[in-house]
Amino acid sequence: MIASLASRHSWFEATARARLAGLLDPGSFSEILPPAESTPSPHLARLDLPGAFDDGVVVCHGQLEKRPIFAIAQEGQFMGGAVGEIHGAKIVGLLRRAVQEKAAAVLFLIDSGGVRLHEANAGLIAISEIMRAVLDARAAGVPVIALVGGSCGAFGGMGIVAKLCSAIIISEEGRLALSGPEVIETVAGVEEFDSKDRALVWRVTGGKHRYLMGDCAMLVEDDIAAFRSGATELLTGWTEPAPSVANLRASQQALEYRLADYAAYRDGLQVWAALGVAEPDTVPLLDRDSMVALKEGLPT
Amino acid sequence: MSLNDILDKLFPAGHAVAVANQVITGEATTAQGAVAVLGTTDAAAIDHAMALALSAYILDTIERHPGRPLVFLVDTSGQALSRSQELLCLNGSLAHLAQCVDLARRQGHASLSLVTANAVSGGFLSFGLMADRAYALADAQVRVMDLRAMARVTKIAHERLVELAAGSPIFAPGAESYVRMGAIEAIWPVPSASLLEEALAAAGQAAPASDQRQSCAVERGGRQLAEGIAKAVQNAARGA
Repeated sequence: MIASLASRHSWFEATARARLAGLLDPGSFSEILPPAESTPSPHLARLDLPGAFDDGVVVCHGQLEKRPIFAIAQEGQFMGGAVGEIHGAKIVGLLRRAVQEKAAAVLFLIDSGGVRLHEANAGLIAISEIMRAVLDARAAGVPVIALVGGSCGAFGGMGIVAKLCSAIIISEEGRLALSGPEVIETVAGVEEFDSKDRALVWRVTGGKHRYLMGDCAMLVEDDIAAFRSGATELLTGWTEPAPSVANLRASQQALEYRLADYAAYRDGLQVWAALGVAEPDTVPLLDRDSMVALKEGLPT
Repeated sequence: MSLNDILDKLFPAGHAVAVANQVITGEATTAQGAVAVLGTTDAAAIDHAMALALSAYILDTIERHPGRPLVFLVDTSGQALSRSQELLCLNGSLAHLAQCVDLARRQGHASLSLVTANAVSGGFLSFGLMADRAYALADAQVRVMDLRAMARVTKIAHERLVELAAGSPIFAPGAESYVRMGAIEAIWPVPSASLLEEALAAAGQAAPASDQRQSCAVERGGRQLAEGIAKAVQNAARGA
């Protein structure tokens, strides 16, 4: 146990490039449009802000357990992983390439607050293009798997993008939502959402909550190797379903039931109790394996 | 302009549209036949219930009226800002709505959206920007955030943003910026049945599932980089 903790390499703390290095088969990483062939955002330069040659996202080809795949990794440490014109276009281009080449999968390492406000319109439109491109990839039979566990989580338009992916793998540290708690607090008041209450923020947006609710397919440790084995496990035998009315009808019904049952709740503790968790107070303390056992034992 | 005025001008041949919880659903008659009319009104802050009402109506239309065009009327101030909404994964319901619009396209339903008053961030992403083509009325407000709020968040002086916005569709709020950026086809001076007929005809001819916004942006002098970057990524020789 102690040995495994010592060898753990935190996904949360790693850079986008370090995540890819540990996620893909050793030596298989092959960047497309690497920094040497790219230029920083001219829109940031106009605001006298420092840019990055990769504009905060790495797109690449690589292998996962010898399976050729594509990957996209957002760098949360640059502009909060936010989507600007170049950043967004790299993602759209990669997703389109995955369709052309009938890739086995796209791994989408999301770590982003959403639209980069300094390029607001370009960012919003780019996210709309990413949404369409993810759905195009899936419709072409290419699974797009979101991996969420970085310091910026998946928020704003990137929260929507994450939920358009075939499945989401999330860590306890991962967060997935639309509006950030700070935004809600600013607009609606601290009584509505106290963004400084970290435990509350995690009970509303965190990985355990999203996993228990079924919004994320898989919960993994905050460990690059755990994301790697999770992605491998998920993709083994995965068949991307064709878009269909029947599937969306089923989602529609599940979402309607959930809203009818839980609309009045304001805290994860309440929802977990309603889901059938006997001791919801203990959920924040449970380790990953106990969480999986808990989830699998819930009434369906 | 009231919703009824807009509907009367867009659909002089008749419309039967209900509004409940700021959600518009119904149908209308055009020269090209019946269309589904749906969307939001009064600057709706999109929540789960609204998103699911819209998605349910899209699924009903796909099942009951194959091929019927979808006309979205967009008036949204963004997404609902509340803890209970986030607790139930609001981004998930918005994604579900977007997927329903996308499925309609794949099943041969032409779609267009018309921003009647406001189109802001998440609310706009979930359906207005998912349509084949988007249009806006002349006085519509289209934006991610107003410049004052943007100044607060980015810590860049408001005056500076105003000055830069004057020359940059990249972040200047307004429908005109979105036309130049490739996301809005055209601005309509008034709601008009003839403009709607033209737009429906154009949407019907567009290749399904092909997103042309990057190339439009280059032609219109908006986003100069996106198309080239996306193509470079698509076509780059694979590295060693």
